[in-house]
Amino acid sequence: MKTLESILSVHPFFVNLESKYMALITGCASNVRFEAGEFIHRQGEEANSFCIIRQGKVALQVCPPHKNPVTVQTVSDGEILGWAWLVPPYHWQFDAQAVELTRAIVLDGKCLRNKCNEDHTLGYELLSRLLPIVGQTMEATRIQLLDLYGARS
Amino acid sequence: MTEKKIIDREGLNQLIKVLLDMGFQVAGPTLRDEAIVYENIQSIKDLPEGWTDEQDGGIYRLKKRSDKALFGYVVGPHSWKKFLHPPERRLWKATLNESDFEIIPEESDPRKFAFLGVRSCELHAIAIQDKVFLEGNHKDPSYQLRRENAFFIAVHCGQAGGTCFCVSMNTGPRAESGFDLALTEVIHDNDHYFVVETGSDRGMDVIKKIPNRKAEAREVEHADSKIAEATAQMGRVLDTTNIKELLYQNLEHPQWDDIANRCLSCANCTMVCPTCFCSTVEDVTDITGDHAERWQKWDSCFTMDFSHLHGGEVRTSTKSRYRQWMTHKLASWQDQFGSSGCVGCGRCITWCPVAIDFTEEVPKICGSENSNTAVTKENEAPHENS
Amino acid sequence: MNPISTSPMTPSLYTVKKKIAESHDTFSLDLAPRDGSPLITFQPGQFNMLYAFGVGEVPISISGPAPGTSGLIHTIREVGNVTRALHQLKKGATLGLRGPFGSSWPIEEARGKDVVIIAGGIGLAPLRPVIYKLLEQRNQFGNIALLYGTREPNDLLFTKEFEIWRGKYGIQVKITVDTADSNWRGNVGVVTTSIARVSFEPAHTIAMICGPEIMMRYAVLEMKRRGVSEDHIYMTMERNMKCAIGFCGHCQFGPAFICKDGPVFRYDKVKHFFGIREI
Repeated sequence: MKTLESILSVHPFFVNLESKYMALITGCASNVRFEAGEFIHRQGEEANSFCIIRQGKVALQVCPPHKNPVTVQTVSDGEILGWAWLVPPYHWQFDAQAVELTRAIVLDGKCLRNKCNEDHTLGYELLSRLLPIVGQTMEATRIQLLDLYGARS
Repeated sequence: MTEKKIIDREGLNQLIKVLLDMGFQVAGPTLRDEAIVYENIQSIKDLPEGWTDEQDGGIYRLKKRSDKALFGYVVGPHSWKKFLHPPERRLWKATLNESDFEIIPEESDPRKFAFLGVRSCELHAIAIQDKVFLEGNHKDPSYQLRRENAFFIAVHCGQAGGTCFCVSMNTGPRAESGFDLALTEVIHDNDHYFVVETGSDRGMDVIKKIPNRKAEAREVEHADSKIAEATAQMGRVLDTTNIKELLYQNLEHPQWDDIANRCLSCANCTMVCPTCFCSTVEDVTDITGDHAERWQKWDSCFTMDFSHLHGGEVRTSTKSRYRQWMTHKLASWQDQFGSSGCVGCGRCITWCPVAIDFTEEVPKICGSENSNTAVTKENEAPHENS
Repeated sequence: MNPISTSPMTPSLYTVKKKIAESHDTFSLDLAPRDGSPLITFQPGQFNMLYAFGVGEVPISISGPAPGTSGLIHTIREVGNVTRALHQLKKGATLGLRGPFGSSWPIEEARGKDVVIIAGGIGLAPLRPVIYKLLEQRNQFGNIALLYGTREPNDLLFTKEFEIWRGKYGIQVKITVDTADSNWRGNVGVVTTSIARVSFEPAHTIAMICGPEIMMRYAVLEMKRRGVSEDHIYMTMERNMKCAIGFCGHCQFGPAFICKDGPVFRYDKVKHFFGIREI
């Protein structure tokens, strides 16, 4: 059984992070498991957790009134689930539902953001790792908006 | 080189008659609708005797000459492509029976053309179309038949038009090859004769059938001096140094917008161009729905429809369509067929209703003073910057 | 056949052996020569011109023989008059066919390397014969990944084959759609995001990309970002096409005729023109 630290320290998100920060992060980490269909968080809730998916798949959904929920993105093995825990006003923007049995490591987001406020080096480290993911997600969203596969009208 | 011969006006008339007797449909210059066009002719009476053409950007006017020259003009709106690569041609027919159908291939065209008065630039244009239709992986058998059957009587240019630039394109004014016979029309003092060169065995056989005599050195000199005059008279000049690279590097040059503000997208330039070969196909059915035909028709890259792709067009702006035409003609043609697609005949300048001048626009797009190097760099790696 | 006397513009007659519904707007026609002559050979990536009586002709890439079919498969999306007419053809009906035309995917060059296939929408059709070729000689290739994206789950083609490719041949198949409702258990996101989810050795990878032009632009970018060199990236281009033999001029893309120099191009050969507006 791998320790949380051994898993986290080789994760691309945390790679080359100073060991004192690694220890701090491991300190607020725990293993979680979500059954298929289980909601991990809901739109509008306070965002206090930072989930790193180990295995499984999570759908980010919006539910328009009188319609079926629409999935706008899925995150799966090795990826992170959202950044609302670090960005004011710390509220989730989408529902996150496990599509299949999903195992993840969850960090205490509230604790982490407080540490970031106290230690800007840690804050810089985490933000500079999050920003490329935010950027890629935005790029992907823009491509999705193009509706590439539809016949042009 | 075989010795040059002399024929007079009556000899030329005989030449037409001999070709008609041999079963050729003889096409040559004739007057119609205030222009010199290429049509079927029966004798030298059909030729535009004593007429010349005045040409400039957007201008074409016939004028009376002071002599009785038969080939005293330059080029008109027609080129020989209308015979070799006809504007409309049925490709095949199909007939429905029950739920099945049969395709009836088109029978080969039995006509043999003899072209009288082919200019050097036009011979080059035909050689360029040969590369398109005969020298790729696929041959157009219909073009091939017409091409192989055709008899070419070139006429070296004795004068250049206001929009001519064959000297820049290395395509004239003297016809060097690709003809069966080549004539130089000489009017000197009271003499009016043609110096004849033979370019093929067929040409030799035909010239034997008409009254001729050996040319004297003096007569050949007169002929050569006429061609030299034309060389010196070129109305336009085009510098083609590195033209392909320069155009490729300037695909986003602001001058394209400037041209687009004037261009009417009327497609005249592509219709009069002797090398433009683009075509479309049309499927037609009769009212019973049992008979279908497929036709090939000249098309132009200036039409919106040309670049249609399910649900939209690729080249919606006039700028992009003009750019396609010019870069094809002068740049990508070289990659595709190993030569320029322009022979310097000047028709696109003359027949442009708003007088857009190839030879003026190219230096603006390719000239170093205006070229946008920042855009160039971006083009080389179009995806590095987002 | 005498190539001089036979016009390359005249179609041969083919019979619809089978019609297969692939999705709500896409179907396949299994075609064989009406006179019983042997099937033409083709290279994966090549296309035929299909003629519907009295309506017209369209370029359609060859998507197989596939399991359970006997002739040449053409997978067609109903987007216009001709494709609509082709859709109305029933088993046993006759249509005209010219081909095969065009360049093909670099299967020989991919031998001994990893292969990443990226397809969008109907772009999977011309890539399916590549997949079959790779599977025939599975041990001659390294990691193989298929990244396939469509707009919605019901646009996905050849879905029954994914499990075979995945399970029997160990292909990394990543399917993703742009948008889905909660019944969809698969991935949602653009196809390029799947690139990070498969393993391959960038320095020894051949990428084959087919889909909408914009999708391919981003896919090329992402493959380059992963370290795949430009001369190892292949993709297809699409333009209006009337003759398929370089005569009609419609399909020009810079110096290339899509019909004879393409549709499959090596990226570095066309990159100067790729992405220039309205080219």
